[in-house]
Parts: sequence; C-alpha cells; structure tokens
Amino acid sequence: MVNYIIRRIGYALILLVLVSFVSFAIIELPPGDYLTQKIEQLRARGDRSAEQQVERLRQRYGLDKPFLERYVNWAVNFLRGDFGESFEYERPVSEILGARLGYTVILAIATTVFTWALAIPLGVYSAVKQYSLGDQIISVISFIGLGMPGFLLALIVLYFAVILFNMEVVGLFSPEYERAPWSIGKVLDLLSHLWVPALISAITGIGGLVRIMRGNLLDTLGQPFVEAARARGLKNRTVIWKHAVRIAINPLITILGSDVFPSIVVGSSLVAIVLNLPTIGPVFVDSLRKLDMYLAGTCIVFLTFMLLVGNLVADLLLAWVDPRIRLE
Amino acid sequence: MTTTATQVEHTQTQTDARPLLLEVQDLKVEFTIRGGVVKAVDGLTFDIKRGQTMGIIGESGCGKSVTARAILRMIPKPGKITGGRILYYRRPRHPKPGEEDKVEVIDVTKLDPDGEVIRQIRGGEIAMIFQEPMSSLTPVYTAGTHINEAVTLHRLLPIKKLGDQMVERIMEYRRVTKEEARAIAIEMLRRVGIPKPEQRVDSYPHQLSGGQRQRVMIAIALSTEPAMLIADEPTTALDVSIEAQILDLMRDLQRTTNMAIMFITHNLGVIASMADEIVVMYMGKQVERAKVVDLFYNPKHPYTKALLQSVPRLGPKTGQRLASIEGMVPDPLNLPTGCVFHPRCPAFVAGKCDKIVPKWTQVGENHWVRCLLYEE
Repeated sequence: MVNYIIRRIGYALILLVLVSFVSFAIIELPPGDYLTQKIEQLRARGDRSAEQQVERLRQRYGLDKPFLERYVNWAVNFLRGDFGESFEYERPVSEILGARLGYTVILAIATTVFTWALAIPLGVYSAVKQYSLGDQIISVISFIGLGMPGFLLALIVLYFAVILFNMEVVGLFSPEYERAPWSIGKVLDLLSHLWVPALISAITGIGGLVRIMRGNLLDTLGQPFVEAARARGLKNRTVIWKHAVRIAINPLITILGSDVFPSIVVGSSLVAIVLNLPTIGPVFVDSLRKLDMYLAGTCIVFLTFMLLVGNLVADLLLAWVDPRIRLE
Repeated sequence: MTTTATQVEHTQTQTDARPLLLEVQDLKVEFTIRGGVVKAVDGLTFDIKRGQTMGIIGESGCGKSVTARAILRMIPKPGKITGGRILYYRRPRHPKPGEEDKVEVIDVTKLDPDGEVIRQIRGGEIAMIFQEPMSSLTPVYTAGTHINEAVTLHRLLPIKKLGDQMVERIMEYRRVTKEEARAIAIEMLRRVGIPKPEQRVDSYPHQLSGGQRQRVMIAIALSTEPAMLIADEPTTALDVSIEAQILDLMRDLQRTTNMAIMFITHNLGVIASMADEIVVMYMGKQVERAKVVDLFYNPKHPYTKALLQSVPRLGPKTGQRLASIEGMVPDPLNLPTGCVFHPRCPAFVAGKCDKIVPKWTQVGENHWVRCLLYEE
C-alpha cells in the first residue's frame, strides 16, 4: 500500500509538470501578450512615452525572453514559492490568491456540505420509493438542476431577491462589515450571506448526484445480498443503509475526489462572478481572458494539484471502505 | 388404552406423526404487470412437519421461489398474496417454564411485511439460503459480521435465576455479547466445515470460494437455530462435487438439529437424495404431491412422468434419445384453458383436458394429483 501511494505521488508530480507546461503554452497561444494589449490601450490614448514604459515592463516580466526560458524561470521560482507577478494587478500572484483563498475554501466546504447532505438522502429516498410521487418530484427537480447553469440560477435568485424581497445577496458581507476587522458579528454576517451562493451551487450540483445515487441504489437493491440481508430479519432501514447504500455510495467517493477538491481552488466561477464573490474563481476566469499568464498558470497548476490530490484521496478512501479493491 | 390405539391408527393413516410446522392452504400470489395479471402461485396447498424435508420441484418460472418468498413475506414488487393462508405453528423460541409446548398459530399472510413479528420469524425461526452464494453476502462485510448480525438479532442466552423462596425457577434471557457472537460465528463456521474458522471468520466474501460462501450462508442461517430452513436452489450455482458436499452438510446438520427443510430445486437427482415428500409445480399450480419413493417409482401426473423421463441415466447404452417434454412453457399472461399442461401433455384428451380444470384428487396414501385421468 505504501509503495502504491509513493508510485501514485510520483505519477502525480510528472503530470503536474506536464500540465503546467501545456497550460503555459496554451495561454501563450493567442497572438500578442498582456503588454501588447496594454500598448494598444496606451496608444489609443495617445501616450508617447508608452512604448518605453512598456519596454521596461517587458524586461521586468521577462516577456522579451524566449518561451522556454520563461517557463523554466517561472517553474523554478514556483517551487521556491514565488508564483510570479500578475500584470493586471501589478502584485505578486501569491498575494492575490492568498487573500481570496480563505473565502473560496469556506464556500467550497459549505457548498459540498449542502450538496451532499441533500443529495444522498434524496437519492436514497428516490430509489427506495421508486416511481412514487416523491420520486417523480425529486427527479423533475434534479433534472432541472442538472440542465440549468449555475449562473442563470444565480441571476434568477438575484432578480427575485432584489425585486421581491429587497434583499442583499451580492458579495459575502454586508457593506458595514466589508472592511471591518474580524468579530463575532462579521462571522455571523458571513454565514448569513454564505448560504445563498452555497445553495445555488448545491442545487445545480445536487441534480447529478441524486440521479447517480438513485441509479446505483436501484441496482444494488436488486442484488441477492440485499434480499439475503432482509431474509435475516433485519429492519428495512438497516437493510437499506447498512447493506445497500453502503455499497451503492462507493462510486460517489470517486466524484468526491474529482469534483470537490478542485472546487476548493476554483469552485463555480460563474456563480461567483454573478454574485460578486471575493473568491478565486472570478480572478481565474479574468486572468485567462486578459492573458495574465502567471496568475492563470498558477491557478491551473493548483487546480491540477487539487484534482490529483482529490483522486488519490478518493482512491485511498475507496480502498478503505471497500475491501475488494484493497491492495494486498 | 384408547390413546395408544388412536395413536397407532393415526400413524397408519398418516405415516408422519411429527407435529405440524407450516401449513400452506390454497396460496395465491399474483403479479399485476402492464400486460395483465400473472398468477405466479395458484392454489398451492401443502404442509411441512417439524424435522421434515419437503421438496418443491418444477421448471424455472413455475412459482417455486415465489412460494418461498411468500412464506417470509418477501415477495418482490409488484407481487401480492391474493388468497389463501400460510399458517405457522410457532413455538416460543425462548420459553419461560411451562410454556415449552405452547404453540401459537400465526397466519403469515396477515402480518405486516415490515413488522416486528415477521422480522422475528425471518432469519430467526425460518431461515433461508439462496441460489447465488457468489452474491448473497454483502461484499464489504466479513463472514463473521454476517453471522454476528443474525446471532445478535435472534439469539438470546438463558440466565438461570432461582425464585426467592419457592422451587419455581424463572428463566430469563439476555442478549449475546460481541465476544460470544464471535465465538458462535467461529463455532458455526467449524460446523459447516470451513477450514481454519478462527481466521476465516475475518474473511471477506471475495476471499472465499463459491462453495465456502454457500457454507457461510448455511452457517448464517443455522446460527440462529431456526425451526425451518428454506433452501432455494442452494447448489444450482455450484459444481457437482461441491454440490454433493453441501447436500451432505445439510443432511448432517438437519439430523443434529431436527430442523425442517423446504428444498426448492429443478434438479430431480438432488431432490431424490434430500426430500421426504415432494410437491411438483407447473405454471404456479401444484400438479402432484407424494412421498419421494412413490413419486419416483409410481408417478401419476403426465408432467411428473415426463420430467422423470427427461433425466439422463448412466448405464448400458439403450441407443435411445433423451426424452424431452414437447412444446414450450406457455405464456404466463395467457395460460391455456382447462388443465394448464394440456398443450404439452402426451395423454391429452380432446374436449376434456382443454375444457375442464382438474381437481386436486387423492390417488393413494399421501399421494395427490391434479389430473383428469385420476378423477372419477
């Protein structure tokens, strides 16, 4: 098992290097770079000193060097904890992301808890009471959730909250707490704002999970070992949870790894943009649009990193809960 | 003495004087599906005595398994018991003094299928083993966990308590502790012939062979000391040598525990070596019922005869082709009129068999048949 983990970590490192290289290259692909855009802007304003100024920036950011050299520089510095500087914000990437990381993690955790706490019981109910009215209602709602993009739902919620209830749902804080130091009041204020984006992301995330849970459980309920458990005289509830759900839930653990972990870095970016949340998602999307390479590259590397960690954790969890796939 | 006289008379008319355990009377089970109603079991009547082995045979889809599940009230949706009674002669599992012989008659068909009473009966008093040992154990739990589950649910251990002043002894019971349950599990695994039971108790199902898994299933079933075991084709998925071992094991255990067995199979060879009495089913109806010897040497119903002829025999070559039953199993939604077997019956009498539904007729001592040939 230890061997296996070490091997997996080795593969993960190789993959990280490859992904960082490819993403770096892809961000470079569009013609021009961030500074080309900037020059255009300055020229349009008729600024004469612009070109010299830009030339200085170009040297400072190393944009005059060839692609490979820039990548190696960035990668080496990355390992030292220096992720480079954002062109857009003119501040170190680590600073920009660091400021937003806390909220992103909190939101990701809140979303995950919401999603899973709702999806699993709903999926189980849907399967156990197959074709009942409750099942039909849950199915319709989860298909809507599955089909509707999160940002659209966010817009709808925004509209109704403002028009009908005159509620403030944008951001994570009320204006009076925005710049205030941390206090009990600020935490409560955060919680009172947090549930809106968490719920919106949850509703769009629940649909898929409910359907998977329902399908898996229906398959499992038809298995002979479920009938055998019932024939042993166990309570219905014990049969369903201890013998059926316990098996049916395994595939969801894989989803936990490949879905939840990356969302800690860039969870539901579009919802965050609509609701103006101070999370990493909007910054990441913006950096891709503006060719803010080091910022975008750092986000992608961390995204990949979380995905790899998530998969490893999921595999270890699976091995822990399911003796059949344990490596001897 | 009059009592002995009647007893002798009794044994003469009814060779089996063991007390009744289960009485199935005119049982009907129907599945309402989109295309109509399937009568999975239609008017089944038989009884099982304590310690007896009752065999039920028939082709796939004839209602054998549904019958077994009806007894435990585990018929899958959309099946329903639509008629008849299943009387279970229940003896207290943990009797107080003086109540050892008390028999309570429970009509299983009237019980709530998720209720307390049927759950005590399931596993505790009537245990069941299944056709597919490969998938009848929950893959994430060890053999020991499975046995523990049954034992802690159904088995109580006696604590003897002396009354304050009188001679009267009060028996009380307590639940089995974790350690005791594990000890019982190991003991059960040893009894069903699993090598190194102390280690095997912690094995997961995928670490056991098919035969071992069926042994574990038997160990689970017997760990609660049930009054009856329903074995639904327990050896169908196993190869022949393992089948023989499992059958031997079941016979041995039955001898030591005086447990009744309801043995469901489509294999005539297996049933001949296991059962005292046999019910033959065809399309949800019982067509013949007899002692095993009578059935094999003196079959009455044309279907039973055909079944027996279709068994391959070892021995001197006769050059004959193996007999098979003509025609196909009818569509269960569209059963033939009159006798359901008439389209395939070699003794078919036109104008009678396709019009008149045969009655359940006694043709000998403990020998019943449903065929117009034997009606007056």
